[in-house]
Amino acid sequence: MADTAPSRSRDLDKLLLRAGNLVGPTFEPGAELRDDLQEYARILVVGAGGLGCELLKDLALSGFKNLEVIDMDRIEVSNLNRQFLFRMEDVGKPKAEVAAKRVMERVSGVNIVPHFCRIEDKDISFYNDFNIIVLGLDSIEARSYINAVACSFLEYETDDKPREETIKPMVDGGTEGFKGHARVIIPGVTPCFECTIWLFPPQVKFPLCTLAETPRTAAHCIEYAHLIKWDEVHSGKSFDPDDPEHMQWVYSEAVKRAELFGIPGVTYSLTQGVVKNIIPAIASTNAIISAACALETLKIASGCSKTLSNYLTYNGVAGLHIKVTEFVKDKDCLVCGPGVLIELDTLVTLEKFINLLEEHPKLQLAKASVTYRGKNLYMQAPPVLEEMTRSNLSLPLYDLMDKVAKDILHVTGVTGQSDKKTSCLRKLRVVFRGVDGVTDMDMAGGA
Amino acid sequence: MAEPKTKYDRQLRIWGEQGQAALEKASVCLLNCGPTGSETLKNLVLGGIGSITVIDGSKVEVGDLGNNFMLDESCVGQSKAKSVCAFLQELNDAVKAKFIEEYPEALIEMNPPFFSQFTLVVATQLGEEKMIKLDRICREANVMLIFARSYGLTGFVRISVKEHTVVESKPDHFLDDLRLNNPWPELRKFAETFDLNVPDPVAHKHTPYVVILIKMSEEWTNSHGGSLPSTREEKREFKELLKSKMVAIDEDNYKEAIEASFKVFAPPGISSDLQQIINDSSAELSSTSSDFWVMVAALKEFIATEGGGEAPLEGSIPDMTSSTEHYVNLQKIYQAKAEADCLAIEQRVRNNLKKLGREPESISKATIKSFCRNARKLKVCRYRLLEDEFSNPSVPDIQKYLTDEDYSVAMGFYILLRAVDRFAANYNNYPGEFDGPMDEDISRLKTTAVSVLNDLGCNGSTLTEDLINEMCRFGAAELHAVAAFIGGVASQEVIKLITKQFVPMCGTFIFNGIDHKSQLLTL
Repeated sequence: MADTAPSRSRDLDKLLLRAGNLVGPTFEPGAELRDDLQEYARILVVGAGGLGCELLKDLALSGFKNLEVIDMDRIEVSNLNRQFLFRMEDVGKPKAEVAAKRVMERVSGVNIVPHFCRIEDKDISFYNDFNIIVLGLDSIEARSYINAVACSFLEYETDDKPREETIKPMVDGGTEGFKGHARVIIPGVTPCFECTIWLFPPQVKFPLCTLAETPRTAAHCIEYAHLIKWDEVHSGKSFDPDDPEHMQWVYSEAVKRAELFGIPGVTYSLTQGVVKNIIPAIASTNAIISAACALETLKIASGCSKTLSNYLTYNGVAGLHIKVTEFVKDKDCLVCGPGVLIELDTLVTLEKFINLLEEHPKLQLAKASVTYRGKNLYMQAPPVLEEMTRSNLSLPLYDLMDKVAKDILHVTGVTGQSDKKTSCLRKLRVVFRGVDGVTDMDMAGGA
Repeated sequence: MAEPKTKYDRQLRIWGEQGQAALEKASVCLLNCGPTGSETLKNLVLGGIGSITVIDGSKVEVGDLGNNFMLDESCVGQSKAKSVCAFLQELNDAVKAKFIEEYPEALIEMNPPFFSQFTLVVATQLGEEKMIKLDRICREANVMLIFARSYGLTGFVRISVKEHTVVESKPDHFLDDLRLNNPWPELRKFAETFDLNVPDPVAHKHTPYVVILIKMSEEWTNSHGGSLPSTREEKREFKELLKSKMVAIDEDNYKEAIEASFKVFAPPGISSDLQQIINDSSAELSSTSSDFWVMVAALKEFIATEGGGEAPLEGSIPDMTSSTEHYVNLQKIYQAKAEADCLAIEQRVRNNLKKLGREPESISKATIKSFCRNARKLKVCRYRLLEDEFSNPSVPDIQKYLTDEDYSVAMGFYILLRAVDRFAANYNNYPGEFDGPMDEDISRLKTTAVSVLNDLGCNGSTLTEDLINEMCRFGAAELHAVAAFIGGVASQEVIKLITKQFVPMCGTFIFNGIDHKSQLLTL
């Protein structure tokens, strides 16, 4: 019973080294499990903001040693009330780099690789290197993109049985004021982000005629100045929400309009809030949601306890309400399903195929770039890659896919109506007609 | 130095400058600065709490580095309170941070008056006996207290304050007060200036839905012996009636009226929650009554007299399709009534103060105005003394929780969290605290849990073997992620208590880190 040598993992060892009854099916307690987590588990944190800072700290103190973090933003003063890894003197520096450095300074033995770039800038294969992807984001589009990337790795053995080794688990958190959510996404098993996209209803915009003709609230006056008046006055110059002079102009125009119509309540703070769609954020909620996400990450990686199944909501506005809901996945989901099936003749060229994607009723994917098993068949950008891959356009896709009868192909491009284009990634099951070995058209996935 | 306004922008949007000022005035004391306590304070320091005092008598060990971000290698062997305090100070230089290297248990025993200097005490990782003592000390000194504890994959947060009253409860969803079925004369007169059958289509589609509903509910009551639609069939009929008044399919104001028709069906008068508050014995004023209760007494009088059974009008209206002119006029009518109601309450408040022998102006006009605007949303939270909860338990509630599928695990953890303290008092260590076989600890913990259950008057109840085993497996470990969660919850409750905004939790929050089905137990 004597104390063994002092160890940093004194407390964590209780959970990782001891057997239990309320644990995950794969749990094999022991020092080896602890060491494997440290050595082999690779975790990506997407976002180094309010949730990301907390997540990096929580994961670094939950037995993980190989972390990476990706974020395109730089530190602002208004981050400092919650993004505790940043100081006043860091303002202007890349969030990912400062966050990684601070955590490594304090937790010895942890290695964190920062990526100061957009999530779309990375090859899809970059994301495949991680065991678990943890999301600390504040945008639906970014969640949707990472979700599509993680689901694109998923292959199916049969229609409803995903291949274990192709599953890329995600843990997603989000907060707004005193409220938040944490969820576990096991592609192919639990609903993916897209299966339950209705949980995030689109933002309601004011009708332009209200702004132009019958403004009633302070927000109407602000949006009039921002969306209508700005363009009238500054022909061609686009509005930059981060330029204080631009914001000041919108504010003073909004005040004028409010005075004209006798509408109270226009302030500079409200102007910023409306124009930048600022979501209020506080340290405590971020801490709570990140902690739940980090704990789930540890449980998925180690099996040391049951996992959240599968969606937790937290609300601290009136009392404290935590609710766990088990959502079910959408069998026909375009993103986490086996992939859209496309039948082609062996003579169809890559160029023709790309055009087909734009016309495809389910996909409507424009400006597609195509990769096959990590190989770039055609890339729209950057120019260097475009030039390198351009010659493939005239070749038959069948040849480019090494003459296999059926296989999975990844395409990225843009979808959506003209006013709101979003980049997206789709997994496709391509089957070539009249080639040996293709008998069952419904057969899913796999090479 | 950047403006604090920019630094705190994202939280000022939640609790405003008043809330921020309350935080900046507050002094918080932390007992024990393990990860649970450190994380609680971290969230408060970032938000700009006035001052913190960290109390911990222990020295930093290597094991502490694995679960506490505030500590690094250079701290080993040093005072934990000093090391944690130094890191917290780094986060925000506007906060006054100090530490005392002393065991909280010693302060509780030797120096009870020490705690009276603080606004609020956060007590983490304390044993049951010391919690009970501290609870009494803080209650007597009128210091707010919050307990937080992390224990393996479970833990709890419990507030202990004699009474916490909230004016600005800021609920997410709250039915606005439009008096559609009971308009006052000015509002009715305004509605009468409209003709719903106006031939001009532009005028027709710019009639605010408030006017439509006032007129239509009057029309309905006139033809239905004075009563409003009440059955499902009548409500459907009322909506059909609204639809029939539309002259074009794009009339958003009529669509809004149909959607808002439930506001017509709502019975007049105050809610049962508010009724309970005005009936509270504290609304009978005495020399010790707080400002809040002085205002409640005035509210009670108002409801019985000028108010005609209603609370003062809030005065704000939601946005709705309308011409600017109509909307602004409507706003003015609502505001004028709200101001008149507020004035009536103010007079009553001043009278009450005079009767109590206090300065009649001692409650500011702004405070009364805020009270009136939020009169329908008032909240009163009261917390039992821990000792009372333990020695005088509500047996039916416990039985109910133990047998309810959604609550049984949380209730089991509640029992076990108490059992481990009793275990520690008997055997000088926590179950499973040391390495080696756990069989003996498991059977001892089981016996201890049964004795806790018996003391609670729940003879014959048992906990599952799995849960008892799990509790031994935890071995009093303080896991960082769990501590960050519990500390996060504790800090959020502290903010609600200090800003007096939003509604703090009532009861004991039990964290369930196994499947996250955490629960709030009201015991």
